[in-house]
Amino acid sequence: MPAAVRLTNVVKRFGALEVLKGVSFEINTGEVVALIGQSGSGKSTALRCINRLEAIQDGSIEACGHRVEDPKLDLRALRRDIGMVFQSYNLFPHMTVAQNIMLALRRVKNMPKDQAYEIAEQVLANVGLSEKIDNYPEQLSGGQQQRVAIARSLAMRPKVMLFDEVTSALDPKLTGEVLRVMEDLARGGMTMIVVTHEMGFAKRAANRVIYMHTGKVWETGGSDILSNPQTPELKEFMAEEL
Amino acid sequence: MQYQFDFGALVPYWKDFLSGALTTIEIALFSVIIGMGIGVACAIARRSNLTILRGIVGVYIETVRNTPFIVQIFFIFFGLSSIGFRLPIIAASVFAMVINVGAYTAEIVRAGMDSIHPSQIEAAEALGLSRFQIYRDIILLPAIERVYPSLSSQFILMMLSTSICSQISAEELTGVANNIQSNTFRSLETYFVVALIYIAITYLMRAAFFGLGLIAFPRRRRLGLGL
Amino acid sequence: MLGAFSTNHLFYLLNGLLWTVVLSALAFVLGGIAGFFVMLARVSRFRWLRRTALVYIQIVQGTPLLIQMFLLYFGLGVFGIAVPPLVAAGLGMMVYSSSYLGEIWRGAVESIAKTQFEAAECLGLTRWQALRDVILPQALKIATPPTVGFLVQLVKNTSLASVVGFLELTRAAQVINNSLFQPFLVFGFAALFYFCVCYPLSVWSRSLERKLNAGRR
Repeated sequence: MPAAVRLTNVVKRFGALEVLKGVSFEINTGEVVALIGQSGSGKSTALRCINRLEAIQDGSIEACGHRVEDPKLDLRALRRDIGMVFQSYNLFPHMTVAQNIMLALRRVKNMPKDQAYEIAEQVLANVGLSEKIDNYPEQLSGGQQQRVAIARSLAMRPKVMLFDEVTSALDPKLTGEVLRVMEDLARGGMTMIVVTHEMGFAKRAANRVIYMHTGKVWETGGSDILSNPQTPELKEFMAEEL
Repeated sequence: MQYQFDFGALVPYWKDFLSGALTTIEIALFSVIIGMGIGVACAIARRSNLTILRGIVGVYIETVRNTPFIVQIFFIFFGLSSIGFRLPIIAASVFAMVINVGAYTAEIVRAGMDSIHPSQIEAAEALGLSRFQIYRDIILLPAIERVYPSLSSQFILMMLSTSICSQISAEELTGVANNIQSNTFRSLETYFVVALIYIAITYLMRAAFFGLGLIAFPRRRRLGLGL
Repeated sequence: MLGAFSTNHLFYLLNGLLWTVVLSALAFVLGGIAGFFVMLARVSRFRWLRRTALVYIQIVQGTPLLIQMFLLYFGLGVFGIAVPPLVAAGLGMMVYSSSYLGEIWRGAVESIAKTQFEAAECLGLTRWQALRDVILPQALKIATPPTVGFLVQLVKNTSLASVVGFLELTRAAQVINNSLFQPFLVFGFAALFYFCVCYPLSVWSRSLERKLNAGRR
């Protein structure tokens, strides 16, 4: 089975600063991969390169059959297949929860309004927020907003979902509800790449863990590498995380 | 004090006062609508990647904002007359006003657009929305909502500067006042009445903007936020 | 065509520009003093004072500057006071400035947190001392960018003094145009001169604003 996402020797620079120094990894369909590392290790950047929020200078990225680094790539087609959830929820504040979810369905998939509304109801039920469908984002807690953000991406039926530190901005009390939704998604077979600091989530839900350090893939393996780190850098990282 | 106030002398001219007020409102209305359109277009142009477009629009905005309106309207009206384009006075007034209002509106709207957090735009991009769709659904309405008080104030100021159009003989409220006071010699009374009418028009405009805001921004209405 | 417009005309315009600057400075200083008192009235403890100042501001900001100048020009005339155009224009601009500057400065003062006032009063300072030593120095910094921005408006609005006959830049341009009939050229130069005064002020105001926001973080 072809890989869902494959990075090969990806190099990414911000001006003079080289953030990704030749990153290669593969994610298969149905896999849940946790991408961990210190700030500055390049993990968020690598994630953002996958759906072309950042452009790479060298190497190649293949995602759901699209050649991401190709300048002639149909961006909208790529982003229909890859969903992304961010650290700060990025819900559109001037729209209700329903309108937030329906926007891309109507504009990108040209769906009629009532069909889009039905899908909105479905995905909201999946994340357990059916009753909030007509509320505005500011009426929701941080955890609820993040779950709506996940629902909004899910509504587009992506093949791969990217998560960029989605619980880092939340109160510790609220991370649980978001992680539960993500674990449900994982069990349902969604292909997920999760940049996270939540080691508990990584142990429970991830099939594989990729540890990045100074812009390179430093160590990979099953979630057991979290309890049994092989490289000294990962040992040190895990010690700090606890 | 020898002066006897005589407001009675103004009564026969009530129709002129009304017509002047209506002309003022008419000029202001056209200028707001067209000026808003130009302003939004210029704001978007100022944010574009094309340096030339940004530069041209920038020159337009800075020139208009750093020169007096009376000089602009003289330049346009008498200038065009001198090369054979004798515009009707109201049209010339609206034309000059629109050029003026467009520049001020552009800056206000651009500030509003710049205040939309880049993460909003990123989220929209990640959902696959096109640049045009992002402007239309994510940037435009929230930007205008944020700068709505500034915009309303600006438009009210603009209505007040329609009085300058009297200098090219426009028959708006100030022009009418000039005519009446030269006929009746009751200058103080005339300008006093006209001042009251202008104040009334500003209240009218404030109410209209408030109502418009309630219609255009349903979120504020439903959450009970002020405007 | 350019032959008819001589350096004499240019100097006439520059002379007008000089008077524009003089009128602006006069309006700013006098209007500033009056505006300071307007601001004090707006933040005063006495409700009637606050109300009066508010009404004053709403009237001045609710009527065109041109009408205000006419009212002063003709108004003072009927009371037997012969008003030279400079006085009428100056008075009109002073009233206009006082209301806008008063509001700008009130905004700056009110943006200084109430806690500052409370802290000062807890130390035993009177309300006036608190204002003078604690609030105003801080408000000064915040008020500077919008005040400079207003200066641009002020200079542009002196152009209306031309209508009551004061010989500033716009009037000078009108006079020249009435003899030369070259409006694009004459008013073009006038616009250029206004631009040369206003644009640097606009740029300065924006840079002050940026520095203020950077410092605030």
